[in-house]
Parts: sequence; structure tokens; C-alpha cells
Amino acid sequence: MSRPDFWVIQTFNGLSYGALLFLLASGLSLIFGVMRIVNLAHGSYFMLGGYVGLTVALRSRSFAAALLGGALAVALIGMGMERLFLRRLKGQTLGQVLMTVGFALIFQDLALLIWGGDPYSIPVPPALTRSFTVSGMVFSSYRVFLIGLAAVVAVGLWWLLDRTRVGAFVRAAVDDAEMAQGVGINVPRASLGVFALGAALAALGGVAGGGFLGVYPGTDFEVLPYAFVVVIVGGLGSLPGAIVGSVLVGLLDNFGKALFPELSYFTLFAPMALILAVRPTGLFGRT
Amino acid sequence: MIRRRALLGLGVVALLALAGPLFSPYPLTLVTQALVVAILAMSLDVLLGYTGLPSLGHAAYWGVGAYAVALLATDHGVGLAGCAGVGVLLAAATAAVFGLVAIRAAGTYFLMITLALGMVVWGLAFRWVSLTKGDNGVSGVPRPELLASPLPFYYFALAAAALVWITLGLLVASPFGLTLRGIRESESRMRSLGYNVWLHKYLAFVISGAFAGAGGVLWAYYNGFVSPTDVQLVTSVEALLMVALGGPGTLAGPVVGAGVIVFLKNFVSLYTKRWLLILGAVYIGVILFAPRGVVGALRGRARE
Repeated sequence: MSRPDFWVIQTFNGLSYGALLFLLASGLSLIFGVMRIVNLAHGSYFMLGGYVGLTVALRSRSFAAALLGGALAVALIGMGMERLFLRRLKGQTLGQVLMTVGFALIFQDLALLIWGGDPYSIPVPPALTRSFTVSGMVFSSYRVFLIGLAAVVAVGLWWLLDRTRVGAFVRAAVDDAEMAQGVGINVPRASLGVFALGAALAALGGVAGGGFLGVYPGTDFEVLPYAFVVVIVGGLGSLPGAIVGSVLVGLLDNFGKALFPELSYFTLFAPMALILAVRPTGLFGRT
Repeated sequence: MIRRRALLGLGVVALLALAGPLFSPYPLTLVTQALVVAILAMSLDVLLGYTGLPSLGHAAYWGVGAYAVALLATDHGVGLAGCAGVGVLLAAATAAVFGLVAIRAAGTYFLMITLALGMVVWGLAFRWVSLTKGDNGVSGVPRPELLASPLPFYYFALAAAALVWITLGLLVASPFGLTLRGIRESESRMRSLGYNVWLHKYLAFVISGAFAGAGGVLWAYYNGFVSPTDVQLVTSVEALLMVALGGPGTLAGPVVGAGVIVFLKNFVSLYTKRWLLILGAVYIGVILFAPRGVVGALRGRARE
């Protein structure tokens, strides 16, 4: 492969991986923005989404149903966690960390119990398994689908947050939860909704990723650090931050793995540390 | 009060020393393991309990210490003193570099940054195969001849844990330690009183990392095997759980927490394959029912 081709292909691969990361991390960022919860079970939503999607895909033979089923099931799980457990721990960072880790361990073990330890791949429609050639370079259509899906979700989120009444409530809760409550916004209900949405987005990423990376035990803690790096780099609670962070992390990870395989995690986390040294709240974070 | 606690602690150490020969082999290795892990938990409590900084990447310094020993002892035949020295220094140096980035942040950001920095070390352990042997880990770490059998090693671990307990006890009771507690309670007040808050937090971070590294050195000798699991996120969180379970802001708490978790993990995994499920339930239960930890609750009751 000639040099320019290498850069084009790797950039494309990095962008498509960034698209997957956006699905995963935008939910984490949203949840943090509204509730200041550090949710270490967020990777579990990704994994559970993948597993539920797998079961739905095998039963219904429909990839669209798998995406929808995975997202809905995990949204319910997220709502249960928020309503019954996390709501009591407002402002207790350590408590939230330990509790969400507890849930992550339980989900991990339950997934092992239900789906076993073998890796699976979610069957995708034939249209998405093809690849096409542009001026001698081969591109996979599934990666194009990932980028498209993330773009649709990004636009949808922007519309929801920026253009609707519900979005205005959520933004008010992000800015100042107490004040929002004071002017009559139902902040607990907004929190519940955002939590469900965030969990559903991660699960959507899990199903979409399952058709591409596979579904296997351990994905939960494998993707979690990526989600954290995206929101740290982009800034917590910021949608533009999540977009820029995902693309940046996707590219860094991909080029790191291709150019310096032994240092690939280092090439991902070290630039993050540099960005933080200059901007402690991330690129788009507010102080 | 402090004197009574010190006497109580020394009593426990003496009791453990006397009980050494009475343990049968399996409990002996478990108590040894608990003592080694207790060093990690105590070191973390300097940050979490006394300074109010919840580090989510403490396994990094523990892992640096452990990997230093594993690589030096297997590939280069370095002895105990050399391994321990390099292990602790490297852990302190890692903490000194990471601290520069992490201490700038507060609260949740601190938590997330220490998490990500911990992942740097994990990533190197996992991917830098030519140095760390990657996922396979480094096995066959030789113990010094004197400590080769379990009982001498038990005494070695007990002495090390006691030494760490005494040193950190003196540290947290010193003016430096009191300043850390002041920072935990109100950073802005300490700043307006003229204290260099950044420097105190930074030093606490480095000291804590160095002691975690010392624990890691012992762990490499205890386990004879070091792998990326020792530096992964779950290990860092487990250390947090030990401190939270025992009682943050006390040194006895982390030791109790380490003991409970080590025994629980080993016993539960003997009887059922579903021990992750149970461990997860323990995490949730501790937060719901013992938010101040076991020792914190006991002291609270004693005061009433």
C-alpha cells in the first residue's frame, strides 16, 4: 500500500471507530452533565446492549430490531439503577463510584451466566458486509454505516437538546439543578430521562459494535476507559465536546495502534494528559 | 485516645506475630495476602481519607513496584534490597509525574484523571510485550532464600505492614498530616491561612504512590507472578472499596477492609463460581448500609 493510501484508510478507520465511541461516550457525558455521576457501569451498558442485541438478532433475524431491542432493554436497566439506587447518593462521589462498580461486576457475572464465555458476532444485513473500492482503496460499508449512525444520533441529540422544550429543561438542569427545580422544572424526572437516554445510547453502540468487533466477556471494562478519555478530553456534559473528543480519540487510537503497536495505549492517554495540563476541564468544558 | 489506639494496634501486631506458627498453610497465605494488600489500602487512605482525594488509579503505583521487582529479579537476578529500592523509587517517580497532571483537578475530574493515568500504566503493561511479556505476565519471581518458605515470609509481610502503619500513623498525626486534614475540610480556608495547598496535595500524592509501590514490591514476592490484572481498573477500585468498607480517614479501617475483602474473595470463590455477583453485592451493600465504614461506625458509637 502506498503512503497516501495508508493515511486515507487509517483516517477513515479512525473516524469510524470514533463514531462508535461517540455513541458510547455521549451518554456518559450527558449523564454526568445532569447528575454529576461518575458511572463506571457505563461500559456494562455497552456490553449488555451487545448481548441483548445478539439475542434479538438471532430470534428476529432483523438487525434494526436488535438495535432497538438492545437500546430499550438497557434503557430500562439504567432507569432502575438511577431511580432505586443512584438517586440516594447525590453528591457522594466515592459512593457513586463504588456502587456503579458493584453493578458492573454483577452485570459482568450475569452476562457470563446467561450468554456464556464464548465470543459472538451479531449478524448484520448483507448490504452492510460489502466493501467498495474508491481509486484503488478498499472501504468497508459497515464502517460507513457506523459513521452515518453516529451522525444521525449527533444531529438528533443536538435537535433534542437545543430545539425542544424537554432539551431546554435538561440544559437548565445541567447549568444549575437547584435553580431549575426552583423555577418548576421536574429535575428528578429530567435526570431519569437523561439516564435512560444515556444508557440507551451506550447500548446502541454495543449493538452496532457487536456487528463489527463482536460481543464477548470483558468488553465492558475494555471500552470504559475509552469513554472516559473522550469525555475528559471533550469536557464533561458537552455535546460538541463529545463529538470532537470521539473523533480525536478514534484517530489517536487507530494511528497509535498502526504506527506504534507496543505503545498504543500510551499514545492514546499521553495526549489526553497534555490537553488536561493546558485545559483542566477539557476542550469544551466549563469551569 | 491516640495512645490507646497505638497500644491496641501494637497488641494486634504482637498477637499476629504469636499466632504465626499456629496457622495451617492456607490461612497463613491468606493472612499474608491480607497484610500485603493492607499496605496498598493504607497508602490509598492517605489520599482518600486524609486529604479527600479519591484516586481511581492507585493500582498503577502498586503495579509499577510489582513489575519492577518481577523484571529485575527474573531477568537480572537483582536481590531484595535492590528490587525494593528501585520498585519504591519508580513508583514514587510515576506518582511525581502523574501528580503534576492530576493535582490540578478537583473532585470528579481528579477521579477521572487518575483513572485515565492508571490506564496508561495498564496499557504499557498490556501492550509493551517486549518489556512486560504482555497479557502472559511475568512468572517465576524468585523470593530471597531467607523468605522462601511461607512462615518467614509471613513475618516479613507483618513487619512491613506494621512499619507502614507506624510510619503513616506518624505522618498523619504530624503537622503535615493535620494540614492535609485541613485541606480535606476546606481548601479555600487553608489557602487563605497561607498554606501552599497544591504542594501539600502533591506531596501527599507522591508519598501515597511510594507506599503503594512498596506494597507492590511485596506483592510480586508474595504472588511470584505479576500480570496486567494487577494494574487494571478493578484492582484500583478494590483498593477504594477496602478503604470505604473499613473506614476512610483511619489507618485501622483500610487494614480491616483489606482483611475482609481478601478473606471474602478467597472463601466465596471456594464455594461458588458466582463470586463476582457476591462481590458486586458487597460494593452496593457497603454504600447503602455502612457509608462510614466499619471502623468509622465503631468509633462513632464509642463517642456517643
